[in-house]
Amino acid sequence: MIELRNVHKSFGPKDVLRGVDLSVGKGRSMVIIGGSGTGKSVTLKCILGLVTPDQGSITVDGAPVASVRSAKARETFLARFGMLFQGGALFDSLPVWQNVAFRLLRGQLKRPKAEARDIAIEKLRRVGLGAETADLFPAELSGGMQKRVGLARAIAAEPEIIFFDEPTTGLDPIMAGVINELIREIVVEMGATAVTITHDMTSVRAIADDVAMLHAGKIRWTGPVAEMDAASDPYLTQFITGSAEGPIETLR
Amino acid sequence: MATLLHPLALIGRNTLALLAAIGRVAMFLGATISHMVRPPFYLKELWQAILNVGYFSLPVVGLTAIFTGGALALQIYSGGSRFNAEAVVPQIVAIGMVRELGPVLVGLMIAARVTSSVAAEIATMKVTEQIDALVTLSTHPMKYLTVPRVLAALITVPALVAVGDVIGVMGGFLVATERLGFNPAAYLQNTWNFLETLDIVSSLVKGAAFGFIAALMGCYYGMNSGRGAQGVGRATKLSVVAAAVLILAANFLLTQAFFSV
Repeated sequence: MIELRNVHKSFGPKDVLRGVDLSVGKGRSMVIIGGSGTGKSVTLKCILGLVTPDQGSITVDGAPVASVRSAKARETFLARFGMLFQGGALFDSLPVWQNVAFRLLRGQLKRPKAEARDIAIEKLRRVGLGAETADLFPAELSGGMQKRVGLARAIAAEPEIIFFDEPTTGLDPIMAGVINELIREIVVEMGATAVTITHDMTSVRAIADDVAMLHAGKIRWTGPVAEMDAASDPYLTQFITGSAEGPIETLR
Repeated sequence: MATLLHPLALIGRNTLALLAAIGRVAMFLGATISHMVRPPFYLKELWQAILNVGYFSLPVVGLTAIFTGGALALQIYSGGSRFNAEAVVPQIVAIGMVRELGPVLVGLMIAARVTSSVAAEIATMKVTEQIDALVTLSTHPMKYLTVPRVLAALITVPALVAVGDVIGVMGGFLVATERLGFNPAAYLQNTWNFLETLDIVSSLVKGAAFGFIAALMGCYYGMNSGRGAQGVGRATKLSVVAAAVLILAANFLLTQAFFSV
């Protein structure tokens, strides 16, 4: 479904990705783990075409991402994706329901306002928010609620592929558990392909079918989540256990 | 030798950086114009921008113009009295306001009020990944953010300049008739007879150009903001400085184009 082959990306003198190979099967939930600054977000942005790789190929259903050039083709391509951003990235000039229904109010998926609002309220209910939140502005919501609205926005247009960028960062453990559960349920009931990036191991165990570990710009280990604990890779083991001792350099 | 060459290296580096910046702004300008003429058009965002840029700028434009017009009348009266030319107050206030001070002051006020807010808003959107979110929601940030703001400034700033010109002349009129003993009817008659079509046209054209520059700089620096609070602050500062300097430079060029003999 999603295939990355030998993807390289540098920003100035900094090599972030140094040959990432990764495949995510259709309908699978892949979780990419790795320390801060290892290029997890850049990998997602490369798949979406927000960042152009210096080298290598990325294909979605066999079609190279780089070949999607015209504005119309881009719109069709991006309509297949939903993304939950780390900080929510809600548009603070728009009320909650217009954030959720953003894609349904303009462009190819445009529909009547009343219908878009109904869908938005239904999606808000799906993530555990009442209809009364629909007319609030993002600044009036708590962090956990903003994440939920972001989640509702990501699934509003029923995408085939959903990306979650650190869905639990900055939330208390209970709220993190709720978000993990929501993600799992939604991915299963929509039958969507999901790619999540996180460094929260609780999240990994709750969400993942497959796990890939990114370290130093390359995929260090990948496999089903059930095999993760038994894997012999010392980098992976150190990350899972959160040990300060091991091959991953720590600044102290 | 190395230390001796250092200033030269500094000049070279800054020249290259300046040229690169001009190139980037030119590309941004090209992209803005190309998105302006191609659908989709976001009319709701355009209307919102027209209100923000135009309508809500009216108070500050009015205040700026009335005080400037008043001060201008006092200055011309006292300066003119040195060679018995006090009588030219209406004509000089009219020409000074309409040709120069109206468009320039409105342009600078728009740079202070609109450029800064546009730059800070877009930069914050960039820093909080809202621009990336727009793209993933199949909406081009140039079309959704830049085009409505630039278009709104292009349409409304000439109107603001027209309002500023009238209020400025009125400021001069009030001071001249209340304090300096001019006859109200004669003052208005002199103003009206003296102004030519070209004076007014040049004023409005300047307004359009300054509005375009102000909005474009706000969007450009916002879209190219660095990270964090510092990045937003820097983008805002640079946008206002660039807009103000470019407005004054454009004013000189346009004045030269309209009135050089």
